[in-house]
Amino acid sequence: MKAERILLAHGSGGSLSYNLIRELFLPRFYNPILATLADAAVFSRQGMRLAITTDSYVVDPIFFPGGDIGSLAIYGTINDLAMGGAEPLYFSIGFILEEGFFLEELKVVVNSVREAAQQCGVEIITGDTKVVPRGKGDKVFINTTGLGAVREGVELSVERVCVRDKIIINGFIGEHGIAVMSQREGLEFDTIIKSDAASLWGLVSQMLEASQGLHLLRDPTRGGVATVLNEVVGGRDFGIRLEEISLPIGEGVLAACELLGLDPLYVANEGKLIAFCQPDEVDPILAAMRRHLYGREARVIGEVVANPAGKVIMKTRVGGTRLLDMLTGEQLPRIC
Amino acid sequence: MRFIDEFRDSSLAGALARRIARLAEGSPEITLMEVCGTHTVTVFKHGIKDLIPDNVKLLAGPGCPVCVTPTHYIDKAIAYARLEGVIVATFGDLFRVPGSSSSLEEERAKGGDVRIVYSPLDALRLAQQSRDKMVIFLGVGFETTAPLVAVSIMEAKRRGIRNYYVLCAHKVMPPPMEALVSDGELRIDGFLCPGHVSTIIGWGAYRFLSQKYHIPCVVAGFEPLDVLEGIWMLLRQIRNGTVQVDNQYRRAVREEGNPKALSLMRDVFEMADSEWRGMGVIPGSGLTISDKYRDYDAETSMEVAVEPLYSPPGCICGSVLRGVKSPLNCPLFRKVCTPESPVGACMVSSEGTCSIYYKYSDQI
Repeated sequence: MKAERILLAHGSGGSLSYNLIRELFLPRFYNPILATLADAAVFSRQGMRLAITTDSYVVDPIFFPGGDIGSLAIYGTINDLAMGGAEPLYFSIGFILEEGFFLEELKVVVNSVREAAQQCGVEIITGDTKVVPRGKGDKVFINTTGLGAVREGVELSVERVCVRDKIIINGFIGEHGIAVMSQREGLEFDTIIKSDAASLWGLVSQMLEASQGLHLLRDPTRGGVATVLNEVVGGRDFGIRLEEISLPIGEGVLAACELLGLDPLYVANEGKLIAFCQPDEVDPILAAMRRHLYGREARVIGEVVANPAGKVIMKTRVGGTRLLDMLTGEQLPRIC
Repeated sequence: MRFIDEFRDSSLAGALARRIARLAEGSPEITLMEVCGTHTVTVFKHGIKDLIPDNVKLLAGPGCPVCVTPTHYIDKAIAYARLEGVIVATFGDLFRVPGSSSSLEEERAKGGDVRIVYSPLDALRLAQQSRDKMVIFLGVGFETTAPLVAVSIMEAKRRGIRNYYVLCAHKVMPPPMEALVSDGELRIDGFLCPGHVSTIIGWGAYRFLSQKYHIPCVVAGFEPLDVLEGIWMLLRQIRNGTVQVDNQYRRAVREEGNPKALSLMRDVFEMADSEWRGMGVIPGSGLTISDKYRDYDAETSMEVAVEPLYSPPGCICGSVLRGVKSPLNCPLFRKVCTPESPVGACMVSSEGTCSIYYKYSDQI
């Protein structure tokens, strides 16, 4: 049965979102920059290499352990720029407010936007506000667009990924998704699981300084680690092999996933990056990452392989192998 | 994580794999059926098939509740969702299952009020909070879910909540297992019996299978080591020529099961014949709401017109559920039938065989 209407699953970040972009948007807006479908679009103008990205935030609830929609709207967009190797500079911000939303709550959100922007050294230089009737929105939706600059020599692209590249992650996975979900569903765990939402530019900048051997950076947000890795190998002549035993998953996230029947590899992150790098550059990159607050748990989780091409497979802890597919369907709507 | 890591230990898994290989050595092909969909998930998610010899075949059985629910039931749920003033509450798995022309997911996108809940008690709460609406909970599932639904109905009665209904299609597990071995379409050398169901009905419930049909049975848990040990225990029975019910899942399952849950079920439900997708009507394999609680039975309380049944051509879900075909035999698999646009129910549920093959197996 082919969907005739937009389903929530079209926003999951998984394969329905991917198909919607590829089949509906991309052909109509086609140009070579857009066609890379990278987290940020990188282009050159008057001798400058610039990056631009945009993202809308509809997370529910707007306040969750470890963050809120305001800081998320800054960090998320910064991270998309950072994945293009761009230093974030200027932001635009748009608010869609629902009639009846408390001004006090809006103030908290706006203050959180300001603090996050200040802390990351970006300036909000233009913005927009709209109000929709009660019930036509939900409290507050935010859109941010970020402009950044890419240094000479920085080239991060899937075209650079080669067989035998090592795949690194900077820390524990699944925290954002579980934090939002447990807040939304009123689930209580012994230890509160906090969202990992954070700006990754500082970490990325240290990695870029440490090595020329970085080939690609991706942030595993909606759809999680498994979906992002599938996007990387889709239609390529290489595949990815992960080692389950190497995956950093916190006790709390693991317990919550066991309980809820979720796979942490598909749960959203907002402060994680996946780096593809040349095998002989792993040590300097890992060393640089571990010097940074958000890279202390950095480790290699797998490598790029020739076979099976176009697929992600995982060696399981008990010694078998299995396929890791893209997220299908809707796991958690409105996660970011 | 404690009590999880221990059951995923790679050196113990290796040791069990070697024992399995020794028992299976030189034997003709042995076919074991894991009845429960959650076992199939474990087998694929942890790559168990890589650890056992080629002459030991694992076959997925009819133990995915969503998959065995016939299309007619889905159509009825959709018909209810189209009514004004009705909220349909369901577990998430059923949400995307295709009916004859629509799904609950599509109905929600069109404006139908369909809510995903984690427990029938959440649906009951919904009824309490929305007194001007009729809340219909979709009661689908085996003995593991039925007691909870029984509690929700008893609670509704106790608290005088009159706008809560259950559309009941609960099923029980032993009759289809018997149907599979008695119809002879398939040779099954042993059953890996469903662990969760057995916590309720007890391992004694399978004794008739070993006594009457001489089928070795092992009740097993759901971690990789549980499944490996279960396989080893089945092979041991086959090798030694002993036929009985062994309990691998001793930390959760007793011989008599859970008497409290069983008595709740007996109070609220009655045994009935029930239709299984792909298997037809199996005598005594279903539960209906008893007369005492008939006010809570959606079907007797609310008439609804259901669209004519349409079965998509080419879909082999029925044969997959009986274990006679693998999803890899299906011409639609991965080409036309995918988790996004599923043709049959087995591609929807996380415990459905087709969905499991799609997700975890790289065989085309």
